[in-house]
Amino acid sequence: MKSLKPILAGAVLALGLTGPAMAADPVKVGFIYVGPVGDGGWTYEHNQGRLAVEEHFGDAVETVFQESVPEGADAERAITQMALSGADLIFTTSFGYMDATLAAAEKFPDVKFEHATGFKMGDNVSVYSARFYEGRAVQGTIAGHMTQSNIVGYIASFPIPEVIRGINSAYIHAKRVNPDVEFKIIWAYTWFDPAKEADAATALIDQGADVILQHTDSTAPQAAAQSAGNVITFGQASDMSDYGPMPRVSSIIDNWGPYYIARTQAVIDGTWASVNTWDGIGAGMVGIGDISDAVPADVRAEAEALRDALGSGEYHAFTGPINKQDGSVWLADGETADDGTLAGMGFYIEGITDDIPN
Amino acid sequence: MIRLEKRPSPSRLWTVVTPVLAVLATMIVGGLMFWAMGKDPFETIRTIFWDPLFHETFGPYSRPQLLVKAGPLILIAIGLSLGFRAGIWNIGAEGQYIMGAIVGAGVGLAFYPSESILIFPAMVIAGAFGGWAWAMIPGLLKVKFGTNEILVSLMLVYVAESWLASMAQGLLRNPDGMGFPGSRNLARDFPAASNLELISGTGMHWGVVAAFIAVIFAYVLLSRHMLGFQVRLTGEAPRAARFSGVKPARLILFCLGTSGALAGLAGLFEVAGPAGQVSIDFGSGYGFTAIIVAFLGRLHPVGILLAGLLMALTYIGGELAQLMLGLPGAAIQLFQGMLLFFLLAMDVLSNYRIRLTKPEAA
Repeated sequence: MKSLKPILAGAVLALGLTGPAMAADPVKVGFIYVGPVGDGGWTYEHNQGRLAVEEHFGDAVETVFQESVPEGADAERAITQMALSGADLIFTTSFGYMDATLAAAEKFPDVKFEHATGFKMGDNVSVYSARFYEGRAVQGTIAGHMTQSNIVGYIASFPIPEVIRGINSAYIHAKRVNPDVEFKIIWAYTWFDPAKEADAATALIDQGADVILQHTDSTAPQAAAQSAGNVITFGQASDMSDYGPMPRVSSIIDNWGPYYIARTQAVIDGTWASVNTWDGIGAGMVGIGDISDAVPADVRAEAEALRDALGSGEYHAFTGPINKQDGSVWLADGETADDGTLAGMGFYIEGITDDIPN
Repeated sequence: MIRLEKRPSPSRLWTVVTPVLAVLATMIVGGLMFWAMGKDPFETIRTIFWDPLFHETFGPYSRPQLLVKAGPLILIAIGLSLGFRAGIWNIGAEGQYIMGAIVGAGVGLAFYPSESILIFPAMVIAGAFGGWAWAMIPGLLKVKFGTNEILVSLMLVYVAESWLASMAQGLLRNPDGMGFPGSRNLARDFPAASNLELISGTGMHWGVVAAFIAVIFAYVLLSRHMLGFQVRLTGEAPRAARFSGVKPARLILFCLGTSGALAGLAGLFEVAGPAGQVSIDFGSGYGFTAIIVAFLGRLHPVGILLAGLLMALTYIGGELAQLMLGLPGAAIQLFQGMLLFFLLAMDVLSNYRIRLTKPEAA
């Protein structure tokens, strides 16, 4: 009988709280992750965004997540179960969830869905992504200045527009400050595989690269560069500041928190609408991590000036004259790339000697 | 002192009881693990094993999903069990599953956007052919050159995965996909090639139907047919089998071919239905999980049916536990791993008798 008392007290308390003032349930926000939350990169940053939502709204919002959801037949079930569990807003945070998100959205017209990095929208499906290529421009500038061997290694994941855009942007800006620079690209065909990424980094270093850029999410290339010595790297998705000041000299940081908070607020206010968001440095979705002391002061100043120009919108990372790899003109002098071409970018620009695999 | 005494033949009783014991042991040790992680073990076990079936919100959705998840596992495991019984080890069902999906989807996509009702049957045949042909590689190499089918079939999985990546980014890439990898969505954008639910809300698609048919066929084959007898005999007594006129080469090709064709079918039904498209991540490990299902089901058709459903239950329940209780994904994988571990450990009981004896005087 002794144990009954607190239960009753709790019940009374609960009844008291369910008065008119607290009638609204907390808004439930769900997240579907492609990797484990501890990957230190892509999923880690989305989870930081989730935690930012929790911190911002406190008890008014409840969040749930499911990690390591495969991009395939299982994704639709994971999203559907999340919607069944009462989520009001669901962020599906990887490209491969595109069709699964749309299929689930059709079954739950009252639930709002947000799909990261996709291009298919619906009445209750928004898409959002970040202009990471702006960060690549800053990275390329530092890389072009810093390389002694004039060989920059690039660990690419999959040959999709997102990755190709990043390679092009980094190359343009490295070439601008160092006409002799050459890019060596290895396709890892993974977003997250520490062993493969370490192998790729080591192979690039063996080929003479003294700058490693990565479009994969683990810190393995940082560790490989560290043990090789005299090789610089950049944090990817996350700051990876544990590897600073050398080899990690700067980073591109995904900052999803402000966007997640804004979209959650829209659901609370009842103003949510399907939108296509593509934000960059200016809106704070792409952050440039601290440039370490290993970079000379003048290079750092140049990189920071570029960052600020990209942020304010006075400079576009793809500003002509730029030719395509085959020598044909893509952008005339002073012309800037339109979002449609960038979104579907499937070609290298002039000077890159590699071929896009298919 | 505990002594193990080999039984002359595996105990029939224990063969049936050990899987149940293994599941119970997994629940107990898994529960301890969840408890150590600060979760309520009873609630976790209930979420994994009970909620997918009977939860009022999730049940109606999860029950059909059990069939969707179990269908390919059962279909592949049935094929594998034939070979395993005869001592022919096809470890590469994952590769055959992928090749079946590529060939089957390729045939369908070649006719996009036709509305002919012949497209889906053609895809089914092509899917089975793709898996069969991929399994014939280790089969012929074994028959002609005596290579080890375990290694060859396993290595071919990685070749198939490379084919998959190449197809998703090249030949089969969706022309309207803005340059992103992945084929057209068969389930959503190509009705003639889609493998949708036959009766809405049941999860029953052609792949599940095929799995049930395969169970029945395998049962009849093994218990009533000469070929089934040869399969069993070769596994249990290879010398006797040779004396009784079994041709090993034919049996090898039959077992590998059948398991390859069934895995290819599973891939085709999956790519045209639940997965929808040929994508880089299409291979979801069904081919490997089916090996566990085959052994969990004691290589018996009915056992495999039950084991497939149980495996599907741990997947879907595991997802629910992640969602509802915030359990990390790795804990669920560990839990599934335990199941196989205990199953293999408990096998001792069906092959050996445990005797308690007094220590002998020196």
